[in-house]
Amino acid sequence: MEYILIFITAIFVNNVVLAQFLGICPFLGVSKKVSTAAGMGAAVTFVLTLATIVTYIVQKFVLDANGLGYLQTIAFILIIAALVQMVEIILKKVSPSLYQALGVFLPLITTNCCILGVAILVIQKDYDLLHGIVYAISTAIGFALAMIVFAGLREQLSLVKLPKAMNGMPIALVTAGLLAMAFMGFSGVDGGLKILFGLE
Amino acid sequence: MNGIVKENPTFVLLLGMCPTLGTTSSAINGLSMGLATMFVLILSNLLISLIKNLIPDMVRIPSYIVVIASLVTVLQMLMQAYVPSIYATLGLFIPLIVVNCIILGRAEAFAAKNGPVASIFDGIGIGLGFSLALTILGAVRELLGTGVVFKSDDFGIPGITLQGEDYGMLIFVLAPGAFLILGYLIAIVNKLRKA
Repeated sequence: MEYILIFITAIFVNNVVLAQFLGICPFLGVSKKVSTAAGMGAAVTFVLTLATIVTYIVQKFVLDANGLGYLQTIAFILIIAALVQMVEIILKKVSPSLYQALGVFLPLITTNCCILGVAILVIQKDYDLLHGIVYAISTAIGFALAMIVFAGLREQLSLVKLPKAMNGMPIALVTAGLLAMAFMGFSGVDGGLKILFGLE
Repeated sequence: MNGIVKENPTFVLLLGMCPTLGTTSSAINGLSMGLATMFVLILSNLLISLIKNLIPDMVRIPSYIVVIASLVTVLQMLMQAYVPSIYATLGLFIPLIVVNCIILGRAEAFAAKNGPVASIFDGIGIGLGFSLALTILGAVRELLGTGVVFKSDDFGIPGITLQGEDYGMLIFVLAPGAFLILGYLIAIVNKLRKA
């Protein structure tokens, strides 16, 4: 039941983009078309899950075990950068078709702050590995959902006549604001679920 | 000093959006985040301009990231020691300075090609531009959301009351307000730049 709670909370209530402001750059940058948004969402899901597992293991068995907790930021960013490179190389060899679909997005992911953010959050929230993985996957699904919905809205927006100053980024941000407002409608759902599952 | 107006990282170049949106729930928070980023930016620009000739071209970007990550770790320790309340408020966004594209962008575009003194000034200019943008965004959100600007309970600053606190529109302090206000501010800047 706890896993369902984490799942629903991370996707709807505490959406990584619209409520926590992580991963805004790709959210605004590659959301002009639904197809690219979906590709980015898939790539993030893949890397985020992998990165969370690896950083968790390193934190618990290397950093904490040796009292090196203060190296967290440096260690995590290096792991993520190396991991993204590795995923790129492996995908190229093993599955060229998947590489074709995700390849262009992979280099962008190193500087996607939702990867590092989630890796740190999992440690801060003191999850165990399984909870951490569920949290990472649900966060990534939340990211993909926000991306795809937002891209759909922007596709429609490109047909609308706007004042010159509002064109491009300003109207995209206003749209994102309205989308965030819609997602605020989910706030409180997590509390309700907790009571429903008898966790409180 | 191009960084403050003409190449403002937030309003014109649209870089570093995550902290811009995530930490500007009040003017003081925005200002602290801006100054924290500026600290890392100036030092990373300085260090990278000093060591640029020692780094082979192939491993340029990873080396820059290590330099930036070390500086962020120093910043984290300093803030935890001297301003723990701000550190707690800004939370996750302090370690996330590592992935702020402004810093890596300036390292690659400016510090890697220029001397240490010019790089420091570039860091100051861009840092001030970023701080200014975050403070303005924070001030507008705080004003519309609570009716008071520059209020900080941690430092006992009462703030400037410009409209009755009863008329605060909380939505502007919450997540949607960040997107909306930044969108309109960029639109205003676009309009002014054209004119």
